Amino acid sequence: MKLNTRLGGSVAGLLAATLVLAACGSDDDGGSGGGDPSQNADATEVTLTITDNAIVGGKNSEGATWVTEWVIPEFTAMQEEKGVDVTVEFEENGVDDEEYKTKIALDLQSGEGADIIGIDGIWTGEFAEAGYIAPLSDVAGDAVDEWDGWEQIPESVQQAMSFGGEKYGIPLGTDGRVIFFNKELFAQAGLPEDWQPTSWDELLDAARALQQLDGVTPMQINAGTAMGEATTMQGFLPFLAGTGELIEEDGAWRGASAGVTETLGFYAEVYGGDEPLGDPLIQQEAQGRDTSFQMFADGELGMLIESDYLWRSVINPEEGIAPMPNRDEVVGWAKIPAREPGAGVNGQDFVSMSGGTGRVLNPNTEYPQQAWELLQFMNSPEAYEAMLAGSARITPRDDVNAEALAGDPMLSYIAEEVLPITSYRPSLALYPQVSVALQEATAAIVSGDSPEEAAASYQSELEDIVGDDGSVTTD
Amino acid sequence: MTAPLQQTDAAPAGQPEQPRRRTAVDDGDAAGLGRGRAAAFVAPAMLLIAVFLIFPAIWTLYLGLTNWRLTGLAAAEPEFVGADNYLDALNDPAFRTSLMLTLAFVFFSAVVGQSILGFSLAWAFRRLRQGIRTVVETVVLMAWIIPASVIAFLWIALLARRDGTLNALLGTEGTAWLLEYPMQSIIIFNIWNGTAFSMLLFSSALAAVPPSQFETAKMSGAGTLATLRDVVFPNIRGHVLTNTLLITLWTFNVFAPYLITAGGPEGRTEILGIYIYRVALKEGALGEGAALSLIMILINLVVASVYLRLLRERKT
Repeated sequence: MKLNTRLGGSVAGLLAATLVLAACGSDDDGGSGGGDPSQNADATEVTLTITDNAIVGGKNSEGATWVTEWVIPEFTAMQEEKGVDVTVEFEENGVDDEEYKTKIALDLQSGEGADIIGIDGIWTGEFAEAGYIAPLSDVAGDAVDEWDGWEQIPESVQQAMSFGGEKYGIPLGTDGRVIFFNKELFAQAGLPEDWQPTSWDELLDAARALQQLDGVTPMQINAGTAMGEATTMQGFLPFLAGTGELIEEDGAWRGASAGVTETLGFYAEVYGGDEPLGDPLIQQEAQGRDTSFQMFADGELGMLIESDYLWRSVINPEEGIAPMPNRDEVVGWAKIPAREPGAGVNGQDFVSMSGGTGRVLNPNTEYPQQAWELLQFMNSPEAYEAMLAGSARITPRDDVNAEALAGDPMLSYIAEEVLPITSYRPSLALYPQVSVALQEATAAIVSGDSPEEAAASYQSELEDIVGDDGSVTTD
Repeated sequence: MTAPLQQTDAAPAGQPEQPRRRTAVDDGDAAGLGRGRAAAFVAPAMLLIAVFLIFPAIWTLYLGLTNWRLTGLAAAEPEFVGADNYLDALNDPAFRTSLMLTLAFVFFSAVVGQSILGFSLAWAFRRLRQGIRTVVETVVLMAWIIPASVIAFLWIALLARRDGTLNALLGTEGTAWLLEYPMQSIIIFNIWNGTAFSMLLFSSALAAVPPSQFETAKMSGAGTLATLRDVVFPNIRGHVLTNTLLITLWTFNVFAPYLITAGGPEGRTEILGIYIYRVALKEGALGEGAALSLIMILINLVVASVYLRLLRERKT
């Protein structure tokens, strides 16, 4: 017995010591502000790592191909001329954005991670607040402000990767949400090829017309928690904008307002009733978004509300994950209508949502100067031209866009018609939690709750989330 | 064991200290090392347990008292929130649902499913020819040793709504098994996945039952049920308890169903491990996740101590 007590005592002592040590240690982890920008600036042997949620042959394949086949060899050759031996590695990922975010957050928290990290612009705020990332000029010094590329990137686009007035990364481009539709199915249902609904009712009418076709699901609007942010971004928020409301305005979060309830009502129109216009089960499947992509590519789905990512990376006949050989002939697109003309935000007739991705420097990088040089190289006009040779996308650079988009009708449509009417998500640290609450509200509709019930439980969830950090409005 | 001790104990009988000494021998210095050396022997093991078990548990307890998050301000400067996380968890209907799901999952897939199926296989094997036995055993073992991610892929393909194997076999085109019968699906999955262990354990347990007892049972005309009840079960009761203890704990902590259903649809397969993963890592509430983890550790300890007590009672 005595032996046990003594051992117990020493174990406790040991624990206390470890605890104190760990507590001290944790302060240093993931330290913010970056180290010394000139660290290793003259090194002749350099190793750099790039990571992104992209993988050759899978998710965002064209971006991964560009990095491995163009950026890395070109940059290595360029540095070789200067007598620097650079090894650049690309760490591929091909998972849901939420899982990718968790992974890089854990990397950064432990003071590790790639030197250049691709992130969604909406994460900038929460990563910066956590001290995981630092303003570019803190990491790499004056060289950042001297870069001539900034002039080519409009202020509004730079905003996507900024927080608290500081630039944390270089934006990679922006996107927009539209209704993609299958022209062949539309023709069979007697709908025009240049279809453009002007109200929710017209949108639903088209879906009802498609319902007459055998083996065709009329439409999918992303809902439920399994799809994560895609539900909020491609589904809830654009339709909320169509009621004239934004999820956050002047510091107040939108609770169970008229617009929120109407938006949930639209979901109920699509997924409710005995003969739903969309397939509610897809919204509950773990891999439902991929299923909806595949159905659209197979011509079994009439309309899908998605970002131009669908066009670029999913049904792209060359590198898509659900390639559609006849994409250019069969796929049409239309702007998302407001509830009725003029009912959208700012009195608009049509609405959309945009996000932006970009790349940041890891404050823990061992080679800040070289990492910045690589990041800068990845954002040079030559780099974008090489990337666009694979597939077109809207870049942040005006000089590149002017030429690049001319060849792609879909992306010029986004740039010319959609971006002027689009809205953005609030760049606030609370947003991701609010987004989950919205996903849960749409999930409730899909499993049969009424819009009023779903709105009420969203309201109480939102109050829990916001707490004392802000206010909730139902106006 | 006691003989040498008595030899060294040369003191004349009837001395008052003798009985006291005996009891001290029984629960104290049995190896004759002395306390100091015994402590030295145990120290490395204790150190490992402290570093990898006790310290993390206490650290988890501490984290559970903060509002630490994966990102945002609360990641840089977590604040102390007292017992809020623990109270919130216990009052949260989502946690209670998850706990009930976990208990149902453990009971049906491990305690009932794996034990009974594992025992049945082991019992049936006794009479099978060696060749067939090896084949069946290999097949069951395969289910156990193939990596979970590969298995998950196979099961998704089996149960898929569109072009799923099961739908093709049964002619039930379009049935979304994972959405309509989510719990049943992961329970059957887990039985399939984990039966091999029970089968192996019971196989060796049955081999240890004295054949003479089987013969006697046969001679006295006992049927299969009577044989199981009166001959087999008394002999393998300890194995049954050990097996149940191990598979209960494993199943309680299992995460593999996440690969198939991701906790869905709408949290209907969100067993505790998956629930904690969602709260802590997907939603980023690390403090809350830590609190939930500690509650889970406590439940594990309670389950383990109940079984261990049963096991000890049987021995004494």
